[in-house]
This record gives sequence, structure tokens and C-alpha cells, in this order.
Amino acid sequence: MSSEYAIEAEGLEKSYGDVHALAGIDLRVRRGSVLGLLGPNGAGKTTAVRILTTLLPPDSGWARVAGLDVVDDAAALRSQIGLAGQYAAVDENLTGAENLELVGRLYHLGKARSKERARELLERFELDEAADRLARTYSGGMRRRLDLAAALVAAPPVIFLDEPTTGLDPRSRANLLETIERRVAEGTTVLLTTQTLDEADRLADTISVIDHGKVIAEGTPDQLKGRVGGERLEVTLAEGADRETAIEALAPLADERPACDGGILKAPLRHGNGGIAEAVRRLDRADVGIDDIALRRPTLDDVFISLTGHAAEHEKPEGQEEDVAEEVAV
Amino acid sequence: MSALQYAASDTLVLAKRNLSRIPRAPDLLIGYTVQPIMFVLLFVYVFGGAINVPPEFGDYTDFLMPGIVVQTMSFGGFVTAIGLSEDLRKGLIDRFRSLPMARSAVLGGRTLSDIALNLLSIVIMMGVGLLVGFTFDANVLEILAGVGILLLFGYAWSWFFATAGLTASSSESAQAIGFIVIFPLTFASSAFVPPESMPAGLQEFAEANPFSTITDAIRSLWLDTPAHSDIWMSVVWSVALIAVFAPIATSRYRKATNR
Repeated sequence: MSSEYAIEAEGLEKSYGDVHALAGIDLRVRRGSVLGLLGPNGAGKTTAVRILTTLLPPDSGWARVAGLDVVDDAAALRSQIGLAGQYAAVDENLTGAENLELVGRLYHLGKARSKERARELLERFELDEAADRLARTYSGGMRRRLDLAAALVAAPPVIFLDEPTTGLDPRSRANLLETIERRVAEGTTVLLTTQTLDEADRLADTISVIDHGKVIAEGTPDQLKGRVGGERLEVTLAEGADRETAIEALAPLADERPACDGGILKAPLRHGNGGIAEAVRRLDRADVGIDDIALRRPTLDDVFISLTGHAAEHEKPEGQEEDVAEEVAV
Repeated sequence: MSALQYAASDTLVLAKRNLSRIPRAPDLLIGYTVQPIMFVLLFVYVFGGAINVPPEFGDYTDFLMPGIVVQTMSFGGFVTAIGLSEDLRKGLIDRFRSLPMARSAVLGGRTLSDIALNLLSIVIMMGVGLLVGFTFDANVLEILAGVGILLLFGYAWSWFFATAGLTASSSESAQAIGFIVIFPLTFASSAFVPPESMPAGLQEFAEANPFSTITDAIRSLWLDTPAHSDIWMSVVWSVALIAVFAPIATSRYRKATNR
């Protein structure tokens, strides 16, 4: 790999009949970093992964993974990549160990090395106790871990994870994310597709937002958040509290005049003005009663809405908003 | 290892994987062997008494067994159709296609494991056949030559089923395609009744039908009836089926996609 990029693609296009799954995509992923490919259903994420993993030839454009062309060097490229798809591609009638041994044999690691590697990975993915059970007895989370382990059997320098956490319960999802984080720490280059925005935020060094087959924004999670502004103060006023007084009290802290929607007052907070503590002091001095005050950081949901004009099409778990808000009891 | 050795090793690794499923999900094998055994009993004891066969075949059981084994061979490919269809839907084909393995290995492994299953079912079927009164009029070499022709014919149908498995939207519809093609072909042949008893038109169809050719070839080897051109035509038919369906299945596999 002579290039500093583990994955490079330019002008990738792919159509199925009249549907332009990819309408010219450029990607660049530095070695050892994680690119989050973020977009709603049907945005073209899976098509991009299929092209980069040699499963599908592009209509036009080119791509190189680990320095190898996805069309001309496809055969050589396959030994350099690992793929874990959204279907947890494990053979249900094989045991966990047999599944990984099978993949090892097909990477041509040899019988002994495949067995050894299977044991190592089962242990690392906390599947050693279930190693000799048929995969059909595994839970959804265990199958995903096994699938991810299969992608890592040959310790490939580049791995592709296509919506690795789809359909998992929150606990299994958290476990899987931790596992991916550890792999990344070991220097593997990862391309991860996701619809869950906090997943990209948590794992990715850079994010490419794609919609309708095009990259509509790219940058670090922070850069993307920067595009939708900074932190936002949200104050729930107490019964009978005067709105105008509250707005006047907070105006000096905000970039623009605070707005009041129902009983909730929202103000984009200017950086370095004492933040939430100063806001509480000012409201107290103005004698405005409040029920709740919170500082909300922009989420990637906000990024998505501001870039595409529509929310990312995913089911938002209950209470997700609370994860990113700093609540202050009053 | 050379590319060819890798291809052979990948094929064997996958064939072993396919076969390991059989004892673990035995419903497939049970369905696949019990049904032909029921057919043997049904035709020998229920229909057999009403069917007249030419005297050179001995009794109806002797006439029937080669035909029913031929039918069983053609159904052996079901395991391939179901297996490929499931692998496709579960994303395993994607995984295989992303691995640095031989491109021929998935289909090669599937069809190869069908041969092993078909051999097993020949043994079971003929065991049942001997129990219900089938008698060979053949030496060991002739019996083995018959087994060889049966396995080759079964292998040819595996490629038809590989095509069906990679084309159909589900394993159920892959099976349905198989039934629709194979049932008329086996029944409108010499496998169960002599074609001479059929009306004009159907009779000509039955005589040209490859199922008749293979069945008559097995009868000539196992019952010492006249062979005519049946034995070498059996090989021609099987090779022709492979020549048609192997390239189609291979091309479908290369483009295989689960969405």
C-alpha cells in the first residue's frame, strides 16, 4: 500500500435500470482511520460497499482499496478485505468455530492456522463458551459478533461493515460498538455504513453523508456539527414566569435573540459566556422561575435535517435525546 | 499451491460444509428419502397390479425400480437449490464472493455434495427395492455402470437446480420450479409405465424424453434388456444438460445479489 489512503474512489456510478443507486461518489479513507458512510435507507451505502468489496462492478468511475483496483485487481484485493454485512452471514448449521474455520480455509490460511485463528477470535469476541454450539442457537447479538469475527479471520488491513448493528437490542449494540472500537485501535482501516447517527459520531474519524447516491457533506463529526451551529440552551419556564423578562435576561449570552416556543425558550449559546451556569444566575437574578434547563449539543440528526431537508429515516429510540443533553436539576 | 489446487481444496471444503448440514438438519434428508420410498410402495402395491409390463422386464417391481431411482436422482439437486437460495438470502454468497477463494468453488462444492447424497439415496432406494422383490440380472460391473450413469444424470440436474436456486426469489419457489419441470418429465416417460400404453403424441414425447433414455439404459444394465442406443445417449443427455445449465448457473452466481 503505497498511498496514504486505504480506500480511494472517484466518480463511482451505478444504476439499476432507471434507479441511480450511485450518482458519482468520491471517497478517501486514510489508513488506520474509520470512515462513517451515513445516509438513510436507499441512499446508496450498500451499493458503495458492494463495489468496494468487488461484489459489483461500477458503471463508471474507479476505486482502489489497499492500493488495488476493485475491477482489475479484484482477485488480489479479496485477500486484503473483510466484509460483515447487515445479514449476519453465518451458516446456521455450523458451530461458531466451524463457521470461522470455514472462512479461514477459504482465505487459504490452511487447516491448522484456521482452527487456531477461530479459537483466538471466539475468545476475543466472547463466544468461546458457545464455540461448539450450532450458530442457529445463537442470539442476534452473538450472530453479529460471529459475523464480525468472520470478517477479521485473515486480519485484513481493510474491513467493511455494512450496518453492523441493525436490528440489535441496545445492550448487544453497545457491546458490538465496543468491539469495533477496539479493532480500530489496532490500526485496521474501517468503512462503516450506518443509519444511526450517534454510531457514526462515536466510531468515525470522518463522515461522508450520502443521500440519493451523492456525497452531500463530509468532514469530521465536529466539523459537521459546526455546520449547524453550536450549543443550544433550552429552558422550560415555570408556570406564570414572564417570557419577555426571560428573553431579555438571556439575550446577552446568545448569538441571536432567544425564541420562545410554548413554554420552552431556546437560545443558541455563544461560546465562552459562562454557559449554563451563567444562564441560571441571570434567570435567578431576573426572578424568572424555571422548571428545567438543559444544554443541547447538535446531533447528527440536526446535521442531516439541515443538509437534506429531511430527517434521517430511522427509528429513534426512546430517550435518545437525553444522551446528548446535559441536564441540570434546578 | 497452484490456482487449480486451491480450486479443488476450496470446492472440497465447501462440499464438506454442505454435507455437515445433513445430520444436523435431518428433515431435509428425511423428506428427500422418505418420499421416493413411499413412491416405491405406492407403485408396487397400489398401482402395480393394474399396470401391464412387457414380459422381458419380469414383474412390475423390476420394471419400476430403475425408473424410480432415475426420478430420485433428478430430485437430488433440490438440496443444491434450497442451499443456494438460502445462502443467497442470508448473505453467505456475498461473503463467499468477497473471499479470495476460487470462483467455481461454491457451485462446484454444491453439486459435488449432491453426488454424495445421490449415492446414499441409490443405496437406500435399492435396499428398499430388494426388500420388495427387485432382482438384478446383472454382474457387478453392470450394476456399477448403472450407478455411474445415475450419478452423472443426477449431477446434470444439480446444475439445473443450481440455476433455479440462484434465480428464484425464495427456496420455496426454487422447489416449485423443480416440481413443475421434473414431475411431467418423469411421469410422461418410461419410468413408471411402458410408453406403448400412452396415446399418440404423448407416446412420441415419452420416447424422446431423456428420463426414458436413462431409465431404459439402467434397465438394460440391471435387467439385461436390449440397450439400443440408450447407454451412450444417457451420457449425451447428461453432458448436454450440464453444458446448458452450468454456464447459466455460473453467470447467475457471478451476478448473484441478495437485493
